[in-house]
Amino acid sequence: MKMINNMINAQSMDKWESADLVLKNIIKQFDDGSGQTVTAVNDLSLTIKKGEFVTLLGPSGCGKTTTLRMIAGFEPVNSGEIHLGGRQIDEVPAFERNMPMVFQSYALFPHLSIFENVAYGLRARKVENKVVKNEVDIALQLVNLVGLEGRYPGELSGGQQQRVALARALVLKPKIILFDEPLSNLDAKLRIQTRLEIKRVQKMLGITAIYVTHDQEEALSMSDQVVVMNKGKIVQVGPPEEIYNRPNSVFVADFIGNANFIDVDVLEVKDKTIVVNLQNQTLEINNSNSYHDIKVGEQVYLSIKPEAVNVTQNEAKFSGNLYSTSFLGANTEYEIEFENIVISSVQKNSESDLKTLTYGSEVSVDFNVDYLQIFRKE
Amino acid sequence: MSHALTRAKSQIVQMAKEPVVLVTLITIVALLGIFILYPLFKVIQLSLMPDGVFSFSVYEYIFAHPRFRGAITNSIMLGAIVATLATAVAYLFAYSISRTKMAGKKAFKILVYLPIIAPPFMFGIAIILLFGNNGLITAGLFNSYNYSVYGLHGLIITQTVGLFPLAYLMLVGILQGIDPDLETCAMNLGASRLRTFFTVTFPLSAPGILAAWLLIFVASMTDFGTPILLGGNFDVLSVQAYLEFTGMGNLPRGAALAVILIIPTIGTFLLQRHILSKRTYTTITGKATRHTADTATPLANGIFFSICLAICLFMLMFYVVIIVCMFIKIWGVNWSFTLEHFVYAWDVSLGVLWNTTLLAAVATPITACISVLIAYFIVRKTFPGKKYVAILSMMMFAVPGTAVGIGYILAFNEGPILLTGTAYIIIACFIFRTMPIGVEASIASLKQISNDIEESSANLGATTAMTFKRITLPLITPAFFASATFTFIRSMTSLSAVIFLISANWNLLTPLLLSQTENLMLAQASITSLILCTTLIIGIYIIKKITKLGQERIFGKTN
Repeated sequence: MKMINNMINAQSMDKWESADLVLKNIIKQFDDGSGQTVTAVNDLSLTIKKGEFVTLLGPSGCGKTTTLRMIAGFEPVNSGEIHLGGRQIDEVPAFERNMPMVFQSYALFPHLSIFENVAYGLRARKVENKVVKNEVDIALQLVNLVGLEGRYPGELSGGQQQRVALARALVLKPKIILFDEPLSNLDAKLRIQTRLEIKRVQKMLGITAIYVTHDQEEALSMSDQVVVMNKGKIVQVGPPEEIYNRPNSVFVADFIGNANFIDVDVLEVKDKTIVVNLQNQTLEINNSNSYHDIKVGEQVYLSIKPEAVNVTQNEAKFSGNLYSTSFLGANTEYEIEFENIVISSVQKNSESDLKTLTYGSEVSVDFNVDYLQIFRKE
Repeated sequence: MSHALTRAKSQIVQMAKEPVVLVTLITIVALLGIFILYPLFKVIQLSLMPDGVFSFSVYEYIFAHPRFRGAITNSIMLGAIVATLATAVAYLFAYSISRTKMAGKKAFKILVYLPIIAPPFMFGIAIILLFGNNGLITAGLFNSYNYSVYGLHGLIITQTVGLFPLAYLMLVGILQGIDPDLETCAMNLGASRLRTFFTVTFPLSAPGILAAWLLIFVASMTDFGTPILLGGNFDVLSVQAYLEFTGMGNLPRGAALAVILIIPTIGTFLLQRHILSKRTYTTITGKATRHTADTATPLANGIFFSICLAICLFMLMFYVVIIVCMFIKIWGVNWSFTLEHFVYAWDVSLGVLWNTTLLAAVATPITACISVLIAYFIVRKTFPGKKYVAILSMMMFAVPGTAVGIGYILAFNEGPILLTGTAYIIIACFIFRTMPIGVEASIASLKQISNDIEESSANLGATTAMTFKRITLPLITPAFFASATFTFIRSMTSLSAVIFLISANWNLLTPLLLSQTENLMLAQASITSLILCTTLIIGIYIIKKITKLGQERIFGKTN
């Protein structure tokens, strides 16, 4: 615990006060090589509070990595401003920003020992040798790598390399650490373990973390705030629970929750709920997105999360045909032909009694109404 | 347009944040301008303004005279024939090395490098010894004194043997880049070995074959040593330009002939680069463990082995006659043993050897440094006009030595930069003529280093200069070594440019070798060329040691 206190004490000596990072109306455009301009980030504004773990989440090409690289200073912004604690930093060169980044490839220097890799940033700051030794030792302790100082990156496992990359960033006692999909080269088990480790160190040291990923599970499990991006724009910002339970758009519901979408007609608009028609039965659903001008007769999307679909052989409100089953261990995923489309359902195994069913046979389907949402068609 | 301007401005502003970077870039651009663009400009200028006024008269004269017209068609014809033969031999060799299980591959791989470290017309000497007027085979074996090796056929044989290794190097790289799984797959789908070759291997290597052909075409056209030695009545452009410029003192006509030589070589060079840049077939995965497809039967292996053996024996025969010749009193006339040629060589060649080695040794590290720097800017930095810097730094590869030599004489004969007659003009010529290969090697090697690694360094607080020194440079030492080695070899063995630049104080081995051969002092010439070869081998060894030492200092003595 003492070493951690050391680090926290030393932090107050840095030249920038721990502060919020503010992105204002950022635009980034690239030439695609044939003279066409591609807008990678389009008028993006975001405030990242100090000490928060913020994830930029989205499909590939959504602009999340470009945003991170602009924060780090690898890419200049075309327009807009980046502020840190009131100081505009978008013109500051990368090597003066003091926001170490953990790369997807780790980017360890192959010709330097683990010690020299971790010491690299301190050497760049002309820190004296004795202090370097001390600080590197502390950083390596933090990530449980003591004893590997003399090794070279090529001799380490993927998980160890990942922790060297983390130590190399932590040793600088930064206010902000940037992560660019740091776990995607690890196997599943190690990924979960490392994600807990990163989260633990981040909270312990009170560092702001900006974390880019396309893995929704990673984003939901680690973040204080999730920033969902699509096509260069922010679609939704909020805590993981809010993003998951109350997606504000078809895109978020699809990307985060893998929801099924069924076309339904509106039968009645009530104060806080909307009644729709499904298989000639009525379903009353929370108007969670507060659509006020929705009209009776309008066709809307009914969004159904897989875990809200209950498939049984007993009597139920709706019916469909079994299309496929996949056993996933604790759960089983069913695909059901329902209203001319295929919807997926995930259920706990103990509750399911459908193993004997053959493909194509009729099953009963029920929905947990609390997890259903209505989205207007664009 | 204004958009491009603002972008250029912002790129310069970005760079100005680190003055070291901006100053380095400006220095590089200035050097490229002075030592590449300016001399070429002077050659063209002189050819178009023979008497200070603009006129096409020189060109009109050249195209009106059969001797010069003949030289143009001869150069092209010779280039085409040699390119075709050398590429065919090289492809056979490269295929045997990379795709068969023939015996003796290791030995062949080393032997094929022999012509690369030989002076440009060492094989010319050997050819004269074997097939010349007093040649061992012509006069000795067949007692035929009427046969003349001088002319097109002599040139074809000599250049083909001397140049095919260049094509081999390119083709073997390309063949090795083709995933053998593709061939295995073709056979797995039922194609015979021959069918696999014609439907998979050959089509995939076709762009490389064309590129190699063009490379040899240019090399043959710009060769000066072999045609001046063996050309006889077969006039070629490089020799004619030299004779007009130095022999006849007709500077504008010499310049114009050099310009005429430049046009096809630069055109070919651009075409070749285009072909290679479009070459998307080769699959470089970075994974070393790949199996060679079993594409040849034992019989085929035997055939390939015999052909490679024949080629190598032919080359070795050249070396053997040259070695034997050193100890023969008068070749073809008096076959008695003597050591007296060594006394002469000791007196004459040793001083020149020292000069040559010194100048090449000075040029070598400078070239390697500049090459790495230029490559770094081209690959890693954005700045206005980058494309032109890239083309400019590569261009000298395509400019014939004859044109470079004439250009340097014209450009540095008077102020502000007066270099003629000094060692500096030779060093500058060495540096800027060999730089393209260094730049190319460094670019290739830089592109293999993930951008992440350098960004990570900047991200951790290192300036561009520190990143370059501590990260980039150590990681591209192999390219540094390659470019240093190439500079040294090419500097020691080049002739076509430096023949214009040597002076009484600063003579070089290759021009000395030429005059010895022209005066039929064949034994002395043999000794000189072997001295040259030996120096090269020692030099390469030393460069390798130094690079390794430097590497160990930076890396620490690694595992």
